[in-house]
Order: sequence, then C-alpha cells, then structure tokens
Amino acid sequence: MPLPAKQPNVRVVTLNIDGRDLSAREDETIIEVCRENQIPIPSLCYLEGLSVWGACRLCLVELAGQGRLLAACSTRVAEGMQIQTNTERLQRYRRTIVELLFAERNHVCSVCVSNGHCELQHMAQKCGVDHVRVPYRQASYPVDSSHEMFRLDHDRCILCTRCVRVCDEIEGAHTWDVMGRGSDCRVITDMAQPWGESDTCTSCGKCVQVCPTGALVKQGTSVGEMVKDQHFLPILARRRHPQ
Amino acid sequence: MSATSKITVATTWLDGCSGCHMSFLDMDERLIELVQQVDIVYSPLVDTKTLPEQVDVGILEGSISSEDDLEKARDFRKHCKILVSLGDCAVNGNVPAMRNHFKLADVVDRAYRDTVTVQPQTPTQGVPALLSVVKPIHGVVGVDVFVPGCPPSADAIWYVLRELIAGRVPDPSAVTRFGA
Repeated sequence: MPLPAKQPNVRVVTLNIDGRDLSAREDETIIEVCRENQIPIPSLCYLEGLSVWGACRLCLVELAGQGRLLAACSTRVAEGMQIQTNTERLQRYRRTIVELLFAERNHVCSVCVSNGHCELQHMAQKCGVDHVRVPYRQASYPVDSSHEMFRLDHDRCILCTRCVRVCDEIEGAHTWDVMGRGSDCRVITDMAQPWGESDTCTSCGKCVQVCPTGALVKQGTSVGEMVKDQHFLPILARRRHPQ
Repeated sequence: MSATSKITVATTWLDGCSGCHMSFLDMDERLIELVQQVDIVYSPLVDTKTLPEQVDVGILEGSISSEDDLEKARDFRKHCKILVSLGDCAVNGNVPAMRNHFKLADVVDRAYRDTVTVQPQTPTQGVPALLSVVKPIHGVVGVDVFVPGCPPSADAIWYVLRELIAGRVPDPSAVTRFGA
C-alpha cells in the first residue's frame, strides 16, 4: 500500500481505542493514532517512513462489529470505530506469531550480533514467549557475506521486507526484492545474485539499519555489537514525500 | 527451620556448557539465604550420586543431545514435581542445536576425524550415543517453568527460585529473555 498523500483539508473523526475517546484525521491508520496516543501496538514489518506492508500481523486489533481481526497498520480510522488492542485473544495470537517466527528459521539469540538490540528478541520477551511450543523446522538457510561492508543471514530473516521498501522508496536503488513462496521465501539482491556482485547496490546501508533482526548487519561485528540507528528514516521520508 | 520443611531441589547438566550452573553459583551471598529454605539433594554441585524418589523442584540445564540426556530428562520428569528448563540450551536448543543442520555422521567426522591428524577415531565406548536431532527439554518431556537466557542472570535464577519457594508460578519473561 503506497503512503497516502496527506490532504490539506481533511476531516477529523472520533473513535474509541481501549476505552479512550480519541480524535484523528480520517487519512490516518489505526497504528498511527495509537502511536500518537502512546497506546502500545506491537509490530515488526511496520516502520514509520516506509510504505505499509501488513505482513507480520502482530498489530492485529479487534474492531467491534467485525468478525475478523484487522491489521492496525493497514486499516484507516473511521467515525465511531470501537477498537480493542490488547485482548487475551490478541495476546494469544501475537505470542503464537512470534513463536512461529522463531520456529521457522534459526534465531540463535545467544550468538547473534544483534543480541540485546533485536526487535524480534524484544518482541518475544514482551509477548511472554519464554519457549516455543511448536517443533523447530531445523531447516538450513544460507549466509551471504559477499558484500565488503555488510552481511545477510537468511536464518535470522523474518521477511518483514523493510530492506526492500527502504531501498526502493528512500534510496531509490531497488536492489532488494523477494523471491520464492512459503518457507522458501527469501529476500534477494538484484536477480538473486550475491550481494557483493550487485550492480545496483549503492552500499548506503539503509537496509541494514532498518532490519529489525540480525539478518542484515555490518561486517566485522561480534555478538551483541550490532546496534542499529533508524533516526534517518523519518527525516528522509518527509523529504521524499513533501507534505 | 527443620530439614524436613525445606524444599528439595535437584539439578543436572545435559548438553550445555555449565554456564547456567555457574550463574546459579553467581547468586553469591544469597546462596546462604537459599540453603535456609532449600535442600539441594542431587546436583553437580553436591556429592549425591542418585536422584531421590521424590523431589520438589528439578532444574535442567542443557539440551537433549544424547541417549544419556534423554534418560536423565525422563528421570527428572518422573521424580520431580516441578521441572524447570534453565537457560537457552534447555529452552530452545541454542548452540548445541546448531548441529541439526548437518547429518550426525558428518558432525562426528568433523569433530573426530577431519580435524584430527594423529589416530583419528570415533569414540564408541563409555560415551552415550548422540541423537540425530538435538531438542529442547520440552521436546521430550513436559516442562513447567522456562527460564531463557545464555545464561540466565543470577538475579533471574534468584527470582524464579524465590517464587517457587513461595509457592507461586514465576513469570521469567519479566526478568530474562532468549540470549540474555
């Protein structure tokens, strides 16, 4: 979903989130309103400044009168909405989603360069994931260390596509894309060539900074040393999409 | 306090590095307070050679990687009222489970043949057979309390034990996490 262009004259709607009466611009999404009002909504694929992807499903919320759950990142607010963001059912689903992420690939936190600075690890703790109830897939995924500055470890990738979006929308290089389906799905550089051989990569490192886990990291980092800095994103995003 | 009113605790160490037991010892002076309330009846830290028939709290460090680990885990499950998975290896397989990407024969060859120059041989006598897939403890027996961390800090272990002694169910996510 492309970033909606902000309209100069936009209506204000009122809605209720977790028992709080709030007002919001009608072109805002539920997650934006929640973040503005310090209502915590977990998310991994959503990142302010990038287009909306709606892949991780962690931001699912309950809307009164709706049987299905809605992703807060990809749902616009509307007049009179009654939203619950943290019910027992949502907590249960979120916990399961995080467990499935851990079970699919091999996120061995203790030996990860992002240990202690990882959004997935933090999410697991926040959602009360103290163990994974489903069996681990134990599948092997490759590591691409061909780039002189950066490294890609598919084992730690959760397919949030932040790298794909930041490269396309902010850097304008579109080096990254997605290939394959299901558990074979993975992020690729150019036409699935080694990263180091990419003609389009500018080595700007934006993909590394927005990656929530230890999938994209700087070369030469050791356990726990990879600290990411995403401050550039909202600033650049505003300049790319003048309001 | 008489010895009989104390809570009995057993610990053992499966496929791990002993770091979780080291972290246990790292509780320092709090260990003195702990021994007022618990009896460690079986552990690498004490001399007892057999697991008593009935233990209140069993603590397992390490993953299930060999026949011996499997037997010990089953033994602990059978004799302990509450079973605790202590540390990432016990909780999620951690580093020992990284060999699951390879065939067991290749792993053994790598350790005992490919990298050995003098008399390469695979040990078969007096060592337990390795399982083809390394699993967390709850992959083979039921576990009641999960304490992630590599290792869980002494504070986290202290918190969990205090809660168990008080008869409460601890929430380890409040004090520790994977890789902590």
